[in-house]
Amino acid sequence: MCVAGVALATRLEEKQEDSRMNEILVKKLLTPVTKLMVVKNPYVAAKVQPGQFVILRVREKGERIPLTVADYDREQDTITLVFQEVGLTTRLLGQMEAGDSILNVVGPLGVPAELPEKGTVLVAGGGVGVAPCLPKAKEMHTRGVKVISILGARSADLIILEDQMRACSDEVYITTDDGSRGFHGYVADQVRVLLEGGLKVDEVVAIGPMPAMRAVCDVTKPFGIKTWVSMNPIMVDGTGMCGACRVSVGGKTRFCCVDGPMFDGHEVDWQEAWRRANVYRDEEKIANDRCASCGGDR
Amino acid sequence: MPVKQRTAMPMQDPKERTHNFEQVAQGYTEEMALAEAARCLQCKNPACISGCPVAVDIPVFVKQVKEKDYQGAIDTIKATNNLPAVCGRVCPQETQCEVKCLLSRTGQPIAVGRLERFAADWEAENGAGKVERTSSSGRKVAVVGAGPAGLTCAGDLAKMGYDVTIYESLHAPGGVLIYGIPEFRLPKDVVRREVDYVRKLGANIETDVVVGRTITIDELFEDGYEAVFVGSGAGLPMFMHIPGENLNGVYSANEWLTRINLMKANRFPEFDTPVKHGTTVAVVGAGNVAMDAVRCALRLGAEKAMIVYRRSRAEMPARLEELENAEQEDVEFHLLTNPVRVLGNDKGWVTGLECIKMELGEPDKSGRRRPVPVPGSEHVLECDIVVMALGTTPNPILSTTTPGLNAHDWGGLLADETTGRTTKPGVWAGGDAVTGSATVILAMGAGKAAAKDIDEYLSGRRRDWSRPG
Repeated sequence: MCVAGVALATRLEEKQEDSRMNEILVKKLLTPVTKLMVVKNPYVAAKVQPGQFVILRVREKGERIPLTVADYDREQDTITLVFQEVGLTTRLLGQMEAGDSILNVVGPLGVPAELPEKGTVLVAGGGVGVAPCLPKAKEMHTRGVKVISILGARSADLIILEDQMRACSDEVYITTDDGSRGFHGYVADQVRVLLEGGLKVDEVVAIGPMPAMRAVCDVTKPFGIKTWVSMNPIMVDGTGMCGACRVSVGGKTRFCCVDGPMFDGHEVDWQEAWRRANVYRDEEKIANDRCASCGGDR
Repeated sequence: MPVKQRTAMPMQDPKERTHNFEQVAQGYTEEMALAEAARCLQCKNPACISGCPVAVDIPVFVKQVKEKDYQGAIDTIKATNNLPAVCGRVCPQETQCEVKCLLSRTGQPIAVGRLERFAADWEAENGAGKVERTSSSGRKVAVVGAGPAGLTCAGDLAKMGYDVTIYESLHAPGGVLIYGIPEFRLPKDVVRREVDYVRKLGANIETDVVVGRTITIDELFEDGYEAVFVGSGAGLPMFMHIPGENLNGVYSANEWLTRINLMKANRFPEFDTPVKHGTTVAVVGAGNVAMDAVRCALRLGAEKAMIVYRRSRAEMPARLEELENAEQEDVEFHLLTNPVRVLGNDKGWVTGLECIKMELGEPDKSGRRRPVPVPGSEHVLECDIVVMALGTTPNPILSTTTPGLNAHDWGGLLADETTGRTTKPGVWAGGDAVTGSATVILAMGAGKAAAKDIDEYLSGRRRDWSRPG
């Protein structure tokens, strides 16, 4: 395995001396609440497959959080992360600028998505969930799968990665909750309109906030269409050691970090997943307030 | 006649220590160490060495302590043990070297572990810190995991002149020593010191690398490594598969301890990772990990911390010392008690643990009497946190991404017991990745045995690869 002509292991051995490791090369505001960063990490860039994620840490006292890899460039040794500032760590990350380096990035983690080789796939992304849809849509498009994409957001200004998604989709539908652009309604409503209108798809990939994924699953279930979702539970190590990320799928406990993050959405226990995602809501508030008062001491 | 009683270890008062994460056992003073070392009989045919998985020359180092040659003592230990400050604190000496001590026939055995710790801590304070580094032969060996097995194997290989790189998946090296064992039993400064020693021996450590994902074992071979040792450690935590295990407030011991030890959640919000503290904490299991978990609960401020265990005190797998420490700290023991359901409120938070009383029946395969439920004895232990400390199954990432590396059905890698050779030529394994949950010192022993066999293999003395059953 070579990265830019140098054996991967040889480069790994020099990783700690590489001052540009995990350097943020590009930082872009996709919307007022969503940021994109292109990060240098030859090892993740060399190996990552659609569906996989990284765990990162932004400071010595920092927590470990998972972020799905939204794009990668094996030639340029980079991965692309897209995130919304929802918690302390994503806020701190959002304060970092091009030229800064992220303290730790480890990956790729999780099982690559099982993508079909042919047929038609409906890719439904809501909000920042469009980002993890991108590598899957790209890969399927390359394989010759017909990709129909739905990009949804609360309002027109929050639609992200439209050009990139258009480049790998055969058809694109835009939905907004407030009707400011495209279809007026939720992503799941657009899915329902398409399916009830007779659209034939072999699979659905739905990624977004948990209620949105669940809603899409509710729509596709009566049609009997396999629907993949990408779960994003709380993780600590992210490598199959702590068990924080357990998700009930088909009545069985699965570990999102080593069995996921993609699961059959019709089998997921959504109520439990939602409850577990909010375990630390009180602590998140404490951390966020503290961060706001000290201006995020990195 | 030697003194029958061993020199007592100074301990932090139980009432105070449950409010802090400082070390409980505070270590021998010089006077104490000299008094204890003087008890050693200096047997002509010492039995203690054979009880040590890494074969420390115990009588020699004890004699050196007695003669106040502390540098000599630590050098003797380090000739075979790369992590003496760790072993002196967490080894179950009572079932290994000390159980073989002749003194135990008439009194208490010599306190080998306490003397080992004394020598190691003496060096940290007074030693020159100079390490003889063997010049590298340029032959490359990769070690997967910077825990006790990997650090031992890498240290030994570096001493033999191999060019060793350890790949660690977490952001800090140490494995279970850093994420699992709490500060009050093993300070993380001690772990960092031991890791630094292995580095000084010549081993390179790369963190944030998940072998199997970031790079595969086959790619390591393609890139010039001639041997790989897998010490990837504990994997997925085991659960009981009872209703309510995914309620909010149910932790695996791995998660509970990782949040506290590695991520310092006990110091949230100074550190960013939180953990729920709980007023009443129930820990299911009775091994060393369970004792660590329940004692952490007290230190996080729980008013009541309980051990729930389906067998009796005699069958508990924890070290006696840890069990006694927990008892002194007023941990409540619910023995012959087995959880059947975790109870929760309408918001999904834990409110209690429904249990059934057990009685001991006929011995099972492990030789321990099998606990059987007593009909009609169901009862509820009220609690707001449940920690499952039931052991782990080895991490599946390597066995599923490495063709030819076979595992048992339960996940443990197949490896020869004496050499650590796996089903894949050029790959050795040891520690929890092979045995499932075991001890630090057994993992170190496996790392050591593998290092020796890797040398035999690479030097051509034992090149044929016989596969383990």
